[in-house]
Amino acid sequence: MTTRNIEVDLMARVEGEGALEVVVDKGEVKDVRLKIFEAPRFFEAFLKGRHYSEVPDIVARICGICPVAYQMSSVHAIESAFGMEVSETVRKLRRLLYCGEWIESHSLHVYMLHAPDFLGLDSGLELARSEPEILRRGLRLKKVGDRILTVLGGRAVHPVSVCIGGFTRLPQTNELRSLLDELHWAREAAKETLAWVAGFEMPDLSPGYTFAALSGNVYPMNEGAITVSRDGTAHDMSCASDGFEGHFKERQAPYSTAMQCLLDEKPYLVGPMARLNLNAASLRPVVREALAEAGVELPLVNPYHAIIARSAEVLQAVDEAIELIEDYEGLGTGPGEPYRPVTPKESVGTAVTEAPRGMLYHRYALDADGRVVEANIVPPTSQNQARMEADLWQMIPSILSLSDEALAAACERVIRCYDPCISCATHFLRLKRVAA
Amino acid sequence: MAEQIKRPRLAVFKFASCDGCQLSVLSLEEDLLMLNERVKIAFFPEASSRMLDGPYDVALIEGSVSTPEQIHHLAAIREQCDTLITIGACATSGGLQALRNFADHDAFVQAVYPHPEYIRSLSTSTPISEHVAVDYELWGCPIDKDQLRKVLSDLLAGVVPRIPGVSVCQECKRRQKVCVLVTKGEPCLGPVTRTGCGAICPSMGRACYGCFGPAEPSYPARREHANTEALSRRFRETLHLSAHEAAHRFRFIHSYVSPFKEAGEETGEGET
Repeated sequence: MTTRNIEVDLMARVEGEGALEVVVDKGEVKDVRLKIFEAPRFFEAFLKGRHYSEVPDIVARICGICPVAYQMSSVHAIESAFGMEVSETVRKLRRLLYCGEWIESHSLHVYMLHAPDFLGLDSGLELARSEPEILRRGLRLKKVGDRILTVLGGRAVHPVSVCIGGFTRLPQTNELRSLLDELHWAREAAKETLAWVAGFEMPDLSPGYTFAALSGNVYPMNEGAITVSRDGTAHDMSCASDGFEGHFKERQAPYSTAMQCLLDEKPYLVGPMARLNLNAASLRPVVREALAEAGVELPLVNPYHAIIARSAEVLQAVDEAIELIEDYEGLGTGPGEPYRPVTPKESVGTAVTEAPRGMLYHRYALDADGRVVEANIVPPTSQNQARMEADLWQMIPSILSLSDEALAAACERVIRCYDPCISCATHFLRLKRVAA
Repeated sequence: MAEQIKRPRLAVFKFASCDGCQLSVLSLEEDLLMLNERVKIAFFPEASSRMLDGPYDVALIEGSVSTPEQIHHLAAIREQCDTLITIGACATSGGLQALRNFADHDAFVQAVYPHPEYIRSLSTSTPISEHVAVDYELWGCPIDKDQLRKVLSDLLAGVVPRIPGVSVCQECKRRQKVCVLVTKGEPCLGPVTRTGCGAICPSMGRACYGCFGPAEPSYPARREHANTEALSRRFRETLHLSAHEAAHRFRFIHSYVSPFKEAGEETGEGET
């Protein structure tokens, strides 16, 4: 048998349903297919005709792990369409909400989904036997993120307070301050997490990434310019007249229900590693110190190091959350108007924000009553999809001596570095009518 | 070894969904550790690479049925499990994506995918109960962690789980929230929506959008339906919503379940 078909029918510890197929013929890799069979849900189609005020609640349902990212990209895109700006209080609280989601989503991935690969375990829960204190630390860190989301949005999954123009309700100062004790614990726990994962033994792999992320004066979440690094230099792409859709183009593969997005026809990387590398200058001092103490140098270029980037961002988000809460004005005078009034108009608006897994692009065309005429959503996982396949093409030749089972497991481990959210990738929606 | 008590085997399956309800299992925190001791988590791909074959004592199912393969997969799961519990809006009523059930499916696929011929999906998104027998249903988009905790601990204790079916207004009143329908004229779905979320929308200063599905006041008898007709009339006559706007309130997270389904059909003249 010179031809080997290596298949993973259902990838584990990823969000959503995907399979992997690798064909090797006479010692040569012939095909690598990341097959996403997650059922399509057609969000872009049923957004059409809905009122702008319903959009944040609808798009949240694309992903139960990063609903805030969808809410954020949608409100920014629609606010931009209507030509409105939000108050400084709202701007800061949206960052705080995003901090909550990053902490929750990253902690889940680091402890429950990804760390088992480096420890030879099948699941994070197996740590309950070998290192229960570490597992508890992970679950408690995740809970800190969930609590921020719950105070600001009523619940951790599909929070309810985000609206165009602001929030439906602003928190009282004492509600936010009640989070501080736990956040101070989390800052230490996040440092320990970073040191822990930096100590993992990791295979060497340097696929030569093109990184893409927002970048600006502050570490990017809701704001920043689209920036791409190639050959070690960062380029600002946001000023180009054709914007995101001019450079980043989607295509559909016959074996997948998710679209693949390419940058000028080539794969690229979005997510924590891209953000960290392109925004080293706006990292908080505590993160820089922790990285230095753990012996981590930027840029990170090995996909396995994504767990380090994710852990660094947990620390970044926890530290910023503490500052945002300590600075929150409102005690005594009340927190002010929760949202600004909205005047809909016929318009088009776009926005990119940084979901836990990377850039999330939304575009909406709206009519004069503020109803959606057209929507286009490009989630991070469909952007990383081509990159995941490219990594495998590059890695597999060096591990052909492994058994089929071991080779499949190694491939799955590479995919998991990306924290792919297949539910998101499948439910991206675009209303550009290609068929007549 | 023979004396060791056999732990019940738990499985978690996913159909068309956002993963948010499965995430609620992983968000049980300390209780997750206890659950892990009291049951054997035999199949939970999102959490573990070790996937054991059935039979299972308890299966949690997230997501709706929306592809031809899923119908067969679901039948196989039903044969493999003793107690089947749906978790969340998608599994229990078809979910938000059941909005496709009211549209031209081919137009939807073409609208989203440049190569619709690669896509295999059903023209409807349907609840699990439309295909196989379901033992318990946990409503909510997402489910409430405490309801999940309660159902699982009841089952482990040999108690028949009871999932409350009354309107969320009762919880809202107990929390002493100001009624957003009466005082702010917001089109709140609270009066016809099942309790379980903790009345978070009114607590956040906004109208309930029905993510826990229709209340069933006499549940589990299921004879009495929430009065969506009266609430819809109130939206139109007192709050001056158009027939279209009133219908859209119901045609949302749970568009495919009675009586929200019927209330969502009251579209006005010439509107869709």
